[in-house]
Amino acid sequence: MAMMRYAEALNQALREEMQRDPSVFLFGEDIGRYGGVFKVTKGLMDEFGESRVRDTPISEQALAAMAVTASMTGTRPVLEIMYADFMPLVLDALINQASIYEYLWQNVTMPFVLRTQGGGGAGAGAQHSKSLDSLVAHIPGIKVVAPVTPADAKGLLKSAIRDSQPVVFLEHKLLYNLRDEVSDDPDLLVPIGKAKTVRVGADVSIFATSRMVLESQKAAELLAQDGISAEVIDLRTLRPLDLDAIIGSITKTHHAVVVNEGWRFCGYAAELSATIMDFAFDALDAPVARVTLPDMPVPYAEPLELAVLPNAARIADAARATLK
Amino acid sequence: MKNAPSLDEQLEMHRKMFVVRRLEERLGELHKVGKTRGPIHRCDGQEAVGIGATAVLGTGDFVTSTHRGHAHYIGKGVDIRGVTAEILGRATGTCGGRAGHMLIGDRDKGMIGGNAIVGGSIPAATGMALSIQVRGTSDVAMCFFGDGAAQTGICHESMNMAGLWKLPLVFILEHNQFGLTVHHSVQSPVADLSIRAAGYAMAAEIVDGNDTVAMYRATATAVERARRGDGPTLIEAKTYRMQGFSTSDMGGYQSEADLADWNRRDPIQVSRLALADSVGTERLDQVEAGAVAEVDAAVEEALAAPLPTFELFTRSSPYATAPEAV
Ligand SMILES: Cc1ncc(C[n+]2csc(CCOP(=O)(O)OP(=O)(O)O)c2C)c(N)n1
Ligand SMILES: [Mg+2]
Repeated sequence: MAMMRYAEALNQALREEMQRDPSVFLFGEDIGRYGGVFKVTKGLMDEFGESRVRDTPISEQALAAMAVTASMTGTRPVLEIMYADFMPLVLDALINQASIYEYLWQNVTMPFVLRTQGGGGAGAGAQHSKSLDSLVAHIPGIKVVAPVTPADAKGLLKSAIRDSQPVVFLEHKLLYNLRDEVSDDPDLLVPIGKAKTVRVGADVSIFATSRMVLESQKAAELLAQDGISAEVIDLRTLRPLDLDAIIGSITKTHHAVVVNEGWRFCGYAAELSATIMDFAFDALDAPVARVTLPDMPVPYAEPLELAVLPNAARIADAARATLK
Repeated sequence: MKNAPSLDEQLEMHRKMFVVRRLEERLGELHKVGKTRGPIHRCDGQEAVGIGATAVLGTGDFVTSTHRGHAHYIGKGVDIRGVTAEILGRATGTCGGRAGHMLIGDRDKGMIGGNAIVGGSIPAATGMALSIQVRGTSDVAMCFFGDGAAQTGICHESMNMAGLWKLPLVFILEHNQFGLTVHHSVQSPVADLSIRAAGYAMAAEIVDGNDTVAMYRATATAVERARRGDGPTLIEAKTYRMQGFSTSDMGGYQSEADLADWNRRDPIQVSRLALADSVGTERLDQVEAGAVAEVDAAVEEALAAPLPTFELFTRSSPYATAPEAV
């Protein structure tokens, strides 16, 4: 075990997987010499050379389509898209290319990973602060993960790289400096599709991913002060969902709050809510509550940005409302 | 000299460059003491491109900009006080603090607007040029974009249509040698991106981007061509980014030799030298002092201005949000 930052844990995962498998290569903007704008790929060009760690032009649409076909033909590319806000540029590659070939063609696998980071709170404005989870989670055939701890970041990235299907790996700009214990066992993987109960509770279940797990944990503290026992589930994987974990928790608490930093209308929280209704309706004592970004752009000025981001107080309010 | 600026115009360009430089320097200081928000992309060293190119435009002409737009905003006549307050996230900003420094837009001034999706400014101006052509007016659209943005797919798509339809459009490629931290030689196999213009049957010119007069003359020719209906022009302005990519830049990729070399060609010094004989250094000092006072007043005013208060954006139904919780 070693203490390290989330960004360092990701770096370690990339390094170990590149050492283990020569078909793994990295490409993306500013990832080589500079080591990535969030320093996730620091030192990797020096270690693995310019062929396996490539700085690219600003050409997201082509890069994503290239990741799809490079992965079909014998490599395991890991593409970094600097901000999740640029995901609209790569959606054609995911929706019209990656998601169809396994169905249409025999003997085709697409073991690529698309890493990106989203989320607000850094004053980066309306084009650099979004969480667009639902855009990618919407696509059949694409796995989507969004870890919050350094250990999960490492273990899930390793699983994603070894996976034979496309994985979109969602990071959060406010998590990169978070420090925690991480295993240095190069064979320790965190499985895709498994949620984690980060706080056990009896009255209400709060489901979240990425940075919203931290806000949910804070919300659980607030609720505890009111004598409400909240269970917090870190889904870790957005698709495929860990239905057993979701149903199991609701069967116990009978109340659910779903939290997502993205928009509300047709958002990831809406999908979670519908899924809970599909599979655990009989266990529910109240409608599922959603805590999301309001349906508007992320503003720049601090008081405006803070007003739109979901936070512990809003999550706790939603939990209290479901228990009324 | 064909399309040369008048002495008054030249002095006004000098003043505006000084306004932009002072603003960048004040923002740099404010960043150091934690009074700015988010990354700020300064354009120190590139002022002549934005100021020189916009000097030939009227308010009816449209400009689209990038994440590095301060010189474009000021050049197109957006009020320095509004710009400063917007960058500092104040209620009195051009966009009420909602946009921030990368996304400032001022419809009345024809600046719509900043764009932080790299390449986004290019089809944006192309659409405006299309609108001008459809409406049959003699206005033009101008887009600023970087050497990094030139590598996007939409750059090619836009230029192809601009050439095909002879759109009234001026492409200003601000070639500052880097896309974020990546040197242009790692982004493109050719040094002069303007050679691409041939593939779009488009006029092109390489210009010293640190010389406002050269920028003015090249742009004036391009704008005349566009107003005549003779199609778009690609102006490749060679310049250099003196302050790194942004205030969150960790540096280490720009060579000291290059910095020193380009510092000798600082556009403000080039302009001073060009004006010294005709207007005298005393007048220049006066103009510069005026610019400093204007920016400093704008900064003080912005710092004292109130922060915005949040309102849900429900002006039109697509933004309306279902009520939260149950
Ligand atoms: C579509 C997209 N990809 C990547 C980025 C991140 N990014 C912001 S500025 C920049 C470099 C742009 O280079 P250039 O166009 O030369 O402008 P400069 O910063 O040099 O002014 C990059 C890669 C972005 N904002 N948008
Ligand atoms: Mg550049």
